[in-house]
Amino acid sequence: MPTTETPTTPPTPPTGLDTFAHGVHPPDNKHYTAGKPITRLPFPAELTLLLSQHFGKPSVPVVHPGQEVVRGEPIAKADGFMSVPLHAPATGVIKRIDWAPTQKGPRVPAIYLTVSPGDSQEILYGAPREVEQLDPKAIIQAIQDAGLVGLGGAAFPTHVKMSPPPDHHVDTILINGCECEPYLTTDHRLMLEQPEDLIKGTQIIMRAMGAERAVIGTESNKSDAAEAIRKVLPPDGSITVKVVETKYPQGAEKMLAKALVNREIPSGQYPSSVGLGVFNVATTVQIGQLLPMQRGVIERVVTVTGPGVAKPGNFLVPIGTPLGFILRRLGYHGSAKYLIMGGPMMGDTVSSLDVPVTKGCGGILVPRPEEIDALAPRRQYPCINCGRCVEACPLHLNPALLGRLAAKRQYEPMMDHNLMDCFECGCCSYVCPSSIPLVQYFRVSKSMNRSLKAAAK
Amino acid sequence: MDLLLQIWPAALFMLALGVALAVVIALALRKLHVQEDPRIDEVEEMLPHANCGACGYPGCRPFAEAIVKGEAPPSKCTVNSAEGNAAIADFMGITLEEQEKVVARLACQGGTHVAKMRAQYAGLPSCRAAVATGGGGKACAWGCLGLGDCEVSCTFDAIQMNEFGLPVVDEDKCVACNDCVIACPLDLFELHPVSHKLWVACKSLAEGDQALAECEVACNACGRCVMDAPVGLMRMENNLPVIDYAKNDLATPNIIERCPTGAIVWLENKQVIKGSKAKRIVRKTPLPVGVE
Repeated sequence: MPTTETPTTPPTPPTGLDTFAHGVHPPDNKHYTAGKPITRLPFPAELTLLLSQHFGKPSVPVVHPGQEVVRGEPIAKADGFMSVPLHAPATGVIKRIDWAPTQKGPRVPAIYLTVSPGDSQEILYGAPREVEQLDPKAIIQAIQDAGLVGLGGAAFPTHVKMSPPPDHHVDTILINGCECEPYLTTDHRLMLEQPEDLIKGTQIIMRAMGAERAVIGTESNKSDAAEAIRKVLPPDGSITVKVVETKYPQGAEKMLAKALVNREIPSGQYPSSVGLGVFNVATTVQIGQLLPMQRGVIERVVTVTGPGVAKPGNFLVPIGTPLGFILRRLGYHGSAKYLIMGGPMMGDTVSSLDVPVTKGCGGILVPRPEEIDALAPRRQYPCINCGRCVEACPLHLNPALLGRLAAKRQYEPMMDHNLMDCFECGCCSYVCPSSIPLVQYFRVSKSMNRSLKAAAK
Repeated sequence: MDLLLQIWPAALFMLALGVALAVVIALALRKLHVQEDPRIDEVEEMLPHANCGACGYPGCRPFAEAIVKGEAPPSKCTVNSAEGNAAIADFMGITLEEQEKVVARLACQGGTHVAKMRAQYAGLPSCRAAVATGGGGKACAWGCLGLGDCEVSCTFDAIQMNEFGLPVVDEDKCVACNDCVIACPLDLFELHPVSHKLWVACKSLAEGDQALAECEVACNACGRCVMDAPVGLMRMENNLPVIDYAKNDLATPNIIERCPTGAIVWLENKQVIKGSKAKRIVRKTPLPVGVE
């Protein structure tokens, strides 16, 4: 997703901090919300709870239309190991189970919940328990029962991440507090405001995975957060905080492993293959908060930001709140032509205001009307072999070559050039002086290769 | 002159080397010669050289080999003319079995004049890119996006986008090579023999008013066609009628008569026939963007 500024790679500032090779330095624009404490928004009249808001199999509803549910009660169960349950984010009545629009586009079934207007919305579900007395297996089961997924954006089930193949021994846990996406500040605020929960969550993960140490990584533009965490670190020294260079995509799993502990995760492998487990700050805070109370994920912090919204900030919103409700509360007047869910680099432009907030949604970005023209697709020029994309790609791929193959619809040969390693960070599109939509090309190519493979069967 | 004298030994050596290698190659040709059926070349020559893969083989040569081995009937080639296939059958001394013409069919009628748009898509002009970007702009999440991935993929120029942004398949040119079926990210194309005249031209899984709010010609899952159909031919599944083409002989144009939107159609002589109760749409201009 291009920003308004002319895409160039500024020379790397000599910070002396550890980082990875390549990457870009987009303007971070975090000033809109970095100083705004997390606050609550009122409940909307209706919540849209997608049954498939995580990676894996959709949840299976255990409620029926007309049924009354209380806040925190499970309303859908996990369908097998590669799935998580869903909990009611508000006390109310199940209205119907129907198709709902999603951030990515395709419709998925969802539970529509009418919120009871007069209710106190106290969380009545769950009971305190001693997490310290649970064995690792029980912790991993408890994490699945809590419906926890990677809250950084990918929404990969956390319990699956915590169950590495038996021949992998995880010795170090990395907690990702980099938040390298411009504009977003949810992880920053969580580290500042809930460092105790973060430490508690980290300790629970360490126990469950049998790791001896943990490193919490954050970027140099969030050094206040690093200070806040250092104040509450356990005295045994098993958890450390490391500040790394502010660079995009520092928060990606492979880049983080390189910067924090100087280990390289091989292509197509899990972090556990080099003894690592990588978890996002928001996920870890929720683990620290929910597990001792036997609760499920019912709300998350969302950064609503950008010049197109009158009152930007960090808000704790129930899962399933429609995008339109949040924006109307915060003084959005329908002026923007593009609305982005997630960050500007990897987020999705949404096509409807009815799209609900999901577990993986960390931000809503509203550009200013004047930015429309700058965001509109620019004229595309031919590749001039300048090599900026090659210098920007954090995975050391050759986006120029891949882009040419994609433009010529040579999808299968792209696989020989490691197309599947691309995680669509957008650095190549960002720096391309010819405005070639490289990431869009790669998305098309990946999807085409999947279709060709399915057709060959 | 000196230079010329220096070249002689090198030139002689190269000549001797050339002769020696030529002898090796000549011997190898004799010793390692592969006896190939000469008919393969001849059959390949009679095939259309499209290398489209519609026959199920990687290209025309492997298909020719399969014909000569007797593994595949010549009629499997959908690109060749009937006379061409007859000539191959004649050459091979086999009787040609009648192969029915198969064409690609689109399961959507939601052009810009009847299908509503919730947003304007402005990215890479490709259906697949649009699907990955908020699903494109169409209100209906299952309908044709009209960006023409199928048109680009068609090697035979059989698909043209019409003024409403819908692909139109030229049945004469279509050879059922399956390329558009793979290209469409929404799986809207299917290959069918021309005798399958009853066709559900909608894939919307939404129901009733919701479906109609998104597209005027969507199937609203009223189930009238299933009621009117002979027993066993059709059933409702996920808010859409499903036709059991194994019982295609039972299909009659009466089935589509009471369809209120014209989502189920009868295809006869390259004409799309809608039931008499289907609403007539005279609008020719696109609907405005952003109408929910």
